[in-house]
Amino acid sequence: MNDTPPNSFRTQPDERGHFGDYGGRYVAETLMPLVLDLEREYRAAQADPAFDAQFQDLLEHYVGRPSPLYFAERLTEALGGAQVWFKRDELNHTGAHKINNCIGQILLAMRMGKTRIIAETGAGQHGVATATVCARFGLPCTVFMGAEDVRRQSPNVFRMKLLGAEVRPVTSGRGTLKDAMNEALRDWVANVDDTFYIIGTAAGPHPYPELVRDFQSVIGKEARQQMQDRIGRLPDLLVAAIGGGSNALGLFHPFLDDADVKMLGVEAAGHGLDGNEHAASLLGGFPGVLHGNRTYLLQDEDGQITEGHSISAGLDYPGIGPEHAWLKDSGRVEYTAITDEEALEAFQLLCRTEGIIPALEPSHAIAAVAKRAKEMPKDAIILANLCGRGDKDIFTVAERLGVEM
Amino acid sequence: MTRLSSAFAKPHPALVCFLTAGDGDTAANLDALVAGGADVIELGMPFTDPMADGPAIQKANIRSLGAGTTTADVLAIATAFRARHPDVPLVLMGYANPMVRRGPEWFANAAQDAGVDGVICVDIPPEEDDALGPALRAKGIAPIRLATPTTDDRRLPQVVAGSEGFLYYVAVAGITGMQQAAIESIEANVARIKQATDIPVAVGFGVRTPEQAAEIARVADGVVVGSALVDLVAEHGTDAPEHLRALTASLAEAVHSAR
Repeated sequence: MNDTPPNSFRTQPDERGHFGDYGGRYVAETLMPLVLDLEREYRAAQADPAFDAQFQDLLEHYVGRPSPLYFAERLTEALGGAQVWFKRDELNHTGAHKINNCIGQILLAMRMGKTRIIAETGAGQHGVATATVCARFGLPCTVFMGAEDVRRQSPNVFRMKLLGAEVRPVTSGRGTLKDAMNEALRDWVANVDDTFYIIGTAAGPHPYPELVRDFQSVIGKEARQQMQDRIGRLPDLLVAAIGGGSNALGLFHPFLDDADVKMLGVEAAGHGLDGNEHAASLLGGFPGVLHGNRTYLLQDEDGQITEGHSISAGLDYPGIGPEHAWLKDSGRVEYTAITDEEALEAFQLLCRTEGIIPALEPSHAIAAVAKRAKEMPKDAIILANLCGRGDKDIFTVAERLGVEM
Repeated sequence: MTRLSSAFAKPHPALVCFLTAGDGDTAANLDALVAGGADVIELGMPFTDPMADGPAIQKANIRSLGAGTTTADVLAIATAFRARHPDVPLVLMGYANPMVRRGPEWFANAAQDAGVDGVICVDIPPEEDDALGPALRAKGIAPIRLATPTTDDRRLPQVVAGSEGFLYYVAVAGITGMQQAAIESIEANVARIKQATDIPVAVGFGVRTPEQAAEIARVADGVVVGSALVDLVAEHGTDAPEHLRALTASLAEAVHSAR
């Protein structure tokens, strides 16, 4: 029996990798045969129970899944509205949701006989997660990281090196995440035979947005079951932060056909959406083509890509996964944005009410939760994805709070 | 006969010369390429994220955008070139986003008005042809496709089917301006492509010297040189035209007399 409703939100993308007007495979011809190969291999892996068994085994015993579902009692009291629950993906090995995707992709890489891994990273979380799985499976790893980010995120650079990865600082362009992705693509076209590119978010050419979403959907599948087990019903509102959008899609996707579950994606408003100092591609950008897909981009009237800004290096990307672009246009998911200041306040609020130091990325989600919870009745339920822990961010936060470390 | 087909119908192989628009005095630099004997001009549209380009052309993009070059400026450079050189084919090369920003029809119209003969878009493969191809064809502008060492026999028919003007064979799996491919590989791949299509095949990526160009011209319909010319613009600034003319002349002599 086919249990997918006729107007399901869960059947994207189409066979060409399009989510409505978005997505696709906008890559140089050199890479086109590779992404077609990847798609063939992904379809074969999906049909292979042994692939899923190995993926699930690693998630359980290496990553530490399922991650807990946690009722944030003191935060709920402090906000005085809806009950706030967290999916605790910050408790994963390496401290964020990124590892879920890396496990899936490295299994695909090995299935394809690839012997070298490359990745891009901004704040370093995806770089650390990629270096981790490469160490675990004994594959050489090169991580491209903007030179500016290398300077700002030195603890993560050292982590990657400890794990045996080569960190290649990228000086082209402005030396940030998008330049790191350009450089990873340049490396990939020059090493097509042996190299697998582990993309860190649900973006890039098809089938990356689909397979990253699928690997991250473990978050939402677990949460859905855990909610049923704990309170016998689904939440009223899901909330997640969005840079490229993989943790949000991972949480949202299994709930997309639950019509009573509302969803809120939270972009980084930086210094505010009225200026240019933000990273809100959906709320402050326009559709265009970059890094293999058509999606909302921060860009000027000539289609030149502009730099995003956020206090959170993980949200500081001028694009967004194409499925979010489609979900926005379709109205299924609502999107909002939170400023640096609001995220910093929420960061401190969670530290003090729950004894959890969140990463700056989910601090944006927490800030949005704080606003919404107050407007909702006390029997309503909000579930937010706590997608990363804040150890990496304490230096940034200290600087912003004027604390000498 | 179109300007592009005339260029490839000459009794000798064609020299295709690339420069980035808005990098230096582009009008003077393009005139130097024509004076040196270039058969086709490839004008790069600067982009913030030139993923397929090596350091030389990346820097040219940054210099051009840093100088404030807009899409309107690129089109004005093309329009003025067409007025000065009514018979020299002009091809725009670039990335999808600046081309589709105002819609593919807008771009195709503007390119037609500017006297552009063809468009090479790096990141629109045949699978995404809808994004630009139909708009260009409707205006009589040739969508020039790229084939690469990774384009296998299964894909090749699809790649050549929508290509017009000429087919650009990217000789190396890699970025522009770096290493050159072995001539044996180029010869075999060009032969393979020519079995699949009647349109001319020009070869580029990594071609820097007259010797390399001559070697390739013996087995292909055209040779594309970019980074070596762009380097001269970077090095010589306002004095670039004389250097561009000299290098182009030696490249043209090598290519035109190769067979």
